[in-house]
Amino acid sequence: MSSDTETTAATATGGPATAGAAHTAYLLGLADDALIYSHRLSEWLTWAPMLEEDMAMANISLDLIGQARSIYTYVGSIDGTNRTEDDLAYWRDEREFRNVHLVEQRRGDFAQEMARMLWFAAYQKGLYAALSGSADAQLRAIAVKALKEVRYHYDHAAQWAVRLGDGTGESHDKMQAALTWVAPYVAELFSDDANSVAAADAGVGVLPSTLQAAAASAVADVLREATLEAPADSRWHARGGREGVHSEPMGYLLAEMQHLPRSHPGAAW
Amino acid sequence: MYGNDFGDFDDPGAGPLNAADTGEVEAAAAHADRRAELDLSDFDAIIAADQRIEPRDAMPEEYRQTLIRQIAQHAHSEIIGMQPEGNWLTRAPSLRRKAILIAKVQDEAGHGLYLYSAAETLGITREELLDRLHNGKQKYSSIFNYPTLTWADIGAIGWLVDGAAIMNQVPLCRCSYGPYARAMIRTCKEESFHQRQGFEALWDLMRGTEAQQAMAQDAINRWWWPALAMFGPRDTGEHAVKGGHTAQSMAWGIKRFSNDELRQRFVDMTVPQAERLGLKLPDPELKWNEERGHYDFGEIDWDEFWRVLKGDGACNAQRMERRVTSHKQGAWVRDAAAAYAAKSEGRKAAASNEGSAA
Ligand SMILES: [Fe+2]
Ligand SMILES: [Fe+2]
Repeated sequence: MSSDTETTAATATGGPATAGAAHTAYLLGLADDALIYSHRLSEWLTWAPMLEEDMAMANISLDLIGQARSIYTYVGSIDGTNRTEDDLAYWRDEREFRNVHLVEQRRGDFAQEMARMLWFAAYQKGLYAALSGSADAQLRAIAVKALKEVRYHYDHAAQWAVRLGDGTGESHDKMQAALTWVAPYVAELFSDDANSVAAADAGVGVLPSTLQAAAASAVADVLREATLEAPADSRWHARGGREGVHSEPMGYLLAEMQHLPRSHPGAAW
Repeated sequence: MYGNDFGDFDDPGAGPLNAADTGEVEAAAAHADRRAELDLSDFDAIIAADQRIEPRDAMPEEYRQTLIRQIAQHAHSEIIGMQPEGNWLTRAPSLRRKAILIAKVQDEAGHGLYLYSAAETLGITREELLDRLHNGKQKYSSIFNYPTLTWADIGAIGWLVDGAAIMNQVPLCRCSYGPYARAMIRTCKEESFHQRQGFEALWDLMRGTEAQQAMAQDAINRWWWPALAMFGPRDTGEHAVKGGHTAQSMAWGIKRFSNDELRQRFVDMTVPQAERLGLKLPDPELKWNEERGHYDFGEIDWDEFWRVLKGDGACNAQRMERRVTSHKQGAWVRDAAAAYAAKSEGRKAAASNEGSAA
């Protein structure tokens, strides 16, 4: 869980004074994934199947918003705009958000959430492990902290996937259906785009495509233990999030999230 | 968490912001367990010596039932309270406020958990207690039947509702039933953060735009009276409601102060804070009484209190509907977890049998 003091400390060291557009666009993709998924997970509070899960969802949501805040604050300090974390979260329009479609999808049932979390955390685990060696000292510090958090997220989702897969007939079917639901959104996590290529070339970022094999094999292990089958590949795949082309739920999410500050321009909260 | 970066409102000369900031919680936590040396023979002797009753002790059935009812009602209030606050999770106006609110709602779930666990030491399960909530046999605090209409309501709830809850809970840290007292010691510190965060949110609004100030004032106008009603019906003087539990609860060392006394303390602590904030409390009769050394205040609308308690509040039906729906929707997950745990146990047993055979 992140606190304000930690956020400040994490942004106080290292990093380039100004950075190129590809570098900051790459960072925004990481932060937007974290913020939008944090937002969706926060919607579980009071809707989780047991109090322990309300707490776990909140915990993961807090970790992710902490990651987002660290990265936004950092981006605002190096892209020459001096934007704050809130400027970036509340005052960009939908086309400027660079998150993948997976995280913006509406909250489904608990099995769907665990399927989404399993893939997202498997991706983030590889991501932050790689970024722990980034040439960008600031990003490296953020990644080292985030890696510990996302390992827990992954374990949490994996344990639930196994419990649901190998629980009752009903939970098995729901978890199997959830894997089918999430499948079209997985490829986008591991797709390279111009910004990630540039960031990887600069030694700052990592090519998403290089994270796919390890994540897929980790998920496959979980499915085996859960007595679940890998779903058939879907005909369509989500794409475009990193370029700001989103799916329909994203507009509603931002409308809800951003309306209050935008109704009071210039106000502090 | 989030407790160490408060702004300029935190003037140490201005006195404690809530009843958990007075050292009373620490004092309760330091309560000496002297049961071994005192050789207390029975329940009455333990109560008389101000020692703690523990789950293994014999206790009167009415004491047990009173505690189950009170702790359960308290637990239910924690988890129902997640709804009005959760109402603003997706709309919090800054990332910092969003994180603080997620952490707060998470804390309330945790308080619910501690309290259900404390109640379970009295020989009842969480599932049974939730059933009693869901079928209306047990209640939760009426305050959560009011809606959270603006962002300022989140500040108002933290400042007033958590503040009132703390006023009630600090004496419970010395409750005669050990598990309940310990649960209260754990929660009071977190509630104190909630109250400070609420105060701070209002502080920022009151130093903001005209619209923000109006939003804060409107929230206080709506939450002030319900917060005072949280202390329960009058239980002292000529207006005391007949048939209350106060006297018996006091004799058992569950309750330490009357509803009216706690309400007065809350008013006395809160009025100067409202002045610092620049908020006007919506009570024309509110004024300092030099002779009593307390603030006088107007009469609560008790008709509204009983009406909301009996189910006719803006959100009674909505809160229960959501709670029951959420519980039903989660049933297949809980069933799966139980089935998986049983299977794992079976596998472990089978494996260890094989092991011993070999
Ligand atoms: Fe609480
Ligand atoms: Fe609280």
